[in-house]
Amino acid sequence: MIEIQNLSKIYKTKNDVVKGVDNVTLSIQKGEIYGIVGYSGAGKSSLLRCINLLERPSTGHLTVDGTDLTSLRGEALRLARLKIGMIFQHFYLISQKTVFENIAFALKAAKIPPKEITKRVESLLEMVGLSDKRNVYPSQLSGGQKQRVAIARALANNPKVLLCDEATSALDPTTTKSILNLLKKINEELDITIVLITHEMNVVKEICHRMAIMQDGRVIEEGAVYKIFSNPKTELAKEFIASVVSFEIPESIVNSCTGPIVKVTFRGKVAGEGVISDTLQQFNLNGNFLHGSIEYIQERPLGIFVMELKGEKNEIQKALDYIEQRDAQVEVLRDGI
Amino acid sequence: MGFDFAHFIELIPDINTAFLQTIYMITISLIIAVVIGLPIGILLYITDKGLIWENRLVQNVLGFVVNMVRSVPFIILLVALLPLTDALVKTTIGPTAASVSLSVAAIPFFARIVETALREIDKGVIEAAIAAGATPWMIIKDVLLLEAKSGIISGITLTLISLIGFSAMAGTVGGGGIGDLAIRFGYYRYDNTIMIATVLILIILVQVIQLLGDFIAKVVDKR
Repeated sequence: MIEIQNLSKIYKTKNDVVKGVDNVTLSIQKGEIYGIVGYSGAGKSSLLRCINLLERPSTGHLTVDGTDLTSLRGEALRLARLKIGMIFQHFYLISQKTVFENIAFALKAAKIPPKEITKRVESLLEMVGLSDKRNVYPSQLSGGQKQRVAIARALANNPKVLLCDEATSALDPTTTKSILNLLKKINEELDITIVLITHEMNVVKEICHRMAIMQDGRVIEEGAVYKIFSNPKTELAKEFIASVVSFEIPESIVNSCTGPIVKVTFRGKVAGEGVISDTLQQFNLNGNFLHGSIEYIQERPLGIFVMELKGEKNEIQKALDYIEQRDAQVEVLRDGI
Repeated sequence: MGFDFAHFIELIPDINTAFLQTIYMITISLIIAVVIGLPIGILLYITDKGLIWENRLVQNVLGFVVNMVRSVPFIILLVALLPLTDALVKTTIGPTAASVSLSVAAIPFFARIVETALREIDKGVIEAAIAAGATPWMIIKDVLLLEAKSGIISGITLTLISLIGFSAMAGTVGGGGIGDLAIRFGYYRYDNTIMIATVLILIILVQVIQLLGDFIAKVVDKR
């Protein structure tokens, strides 16, 4: 749906040249929810804004639904934008227009006749659950409600793609959750491809299928969310994952352990604990759980356990090999003393 | 010499004429200032860097002309524009003639106020409209003018009150009006009655306009 090839965006200031986006190549499939994660200044916002040409890429190619957007200007670009919805962290509704008028605004841009506008706005309001707020001004709405209006506006012209620029970053956790559920529903029911950028790994974990991690304008890691969560390659990816799934063990506990400390990761099955108890029995070891949890990413379980193993050194090695044979991943965090 | 009530009664017809002349002058000038100044203000804004019709040349030329007119003291503008006034309204005296210079002074003043009011709008709102596929005209009409409506109304109030001040000087070219009456009768002829009466009228007029302007600006604002 969205093909980004060697895209760069260069900002020139008086005495400096900054690469906001540095040679990014990404391919976003139709119907997926794609998350782009990074700290502020990583270039994720610039990249997103390049997709609907709010910022014109300095070099590189960009096609959305088969159209090369960079070749478009003026009226042709405006018409192409009707098919790319966008929502923002601060909503950006027109404060002097009612909820109805804000949504109708997008339809007017598509030259929809007034009669149809009324019908369409009403069905959009129903979809985002705000039918009772039809004639209210944005100042009377909560943050979550404002974002719902913004979503309705973005979807007014049946876009193929929805771009979300930190859409939940200004919302509280409960509201974030409800907005994410709405985005998920839109993705599933209307088959709209969603690209979202965020610094909250939770958001990605909750709804994204695939993700990219950006740093200094570059994509440093990319792939299925589950894969990155279960096997992060870069330090930054690990850092982001630690923000939602943390396995930090207090130092005093680590120091009091004498055996090796291992981290066992089970992918796609909940039976992890069974494997571990089998192993302990078979090799006559004592296991001491230090940390553990089962995370659900897109409803697929990911079990991670950190434990101290006590027993015969040879047996421990055999046990680790055995666990790996049973499709789990073992990482020795600290050797025995 | 204080306020002579009998003298005041005697002068009511003169004050009445002058009052109507003032209203006439400032109304005409305000309408022209809004009709011409508003598009200039919008142009000054949208031709700026990073906006929907970024255009350095238009921005610089327009900005220069606006600054130039604004930097000429009104009293000099009044005299300098006599040929233009003559060409436009076939006379150089009276309230209609004075309206020409008043308008010329008010246009750039109001244009800058409009520009400032537009700058108050969150750029994100404009960007969201662009992302929604809005036409440039929709952005001007439904975003810029609507979001700056309250600021523009305050600007109209400000312009109107400035015009009342300027209109007093119009007396130097026989423009008429309350200010003219105050200067010619009250000041030059030491007629305290007329001085006090006209100043009071001006104070009330300004207060009423300000209160009304603030009220309207507040009522139309949905923020």
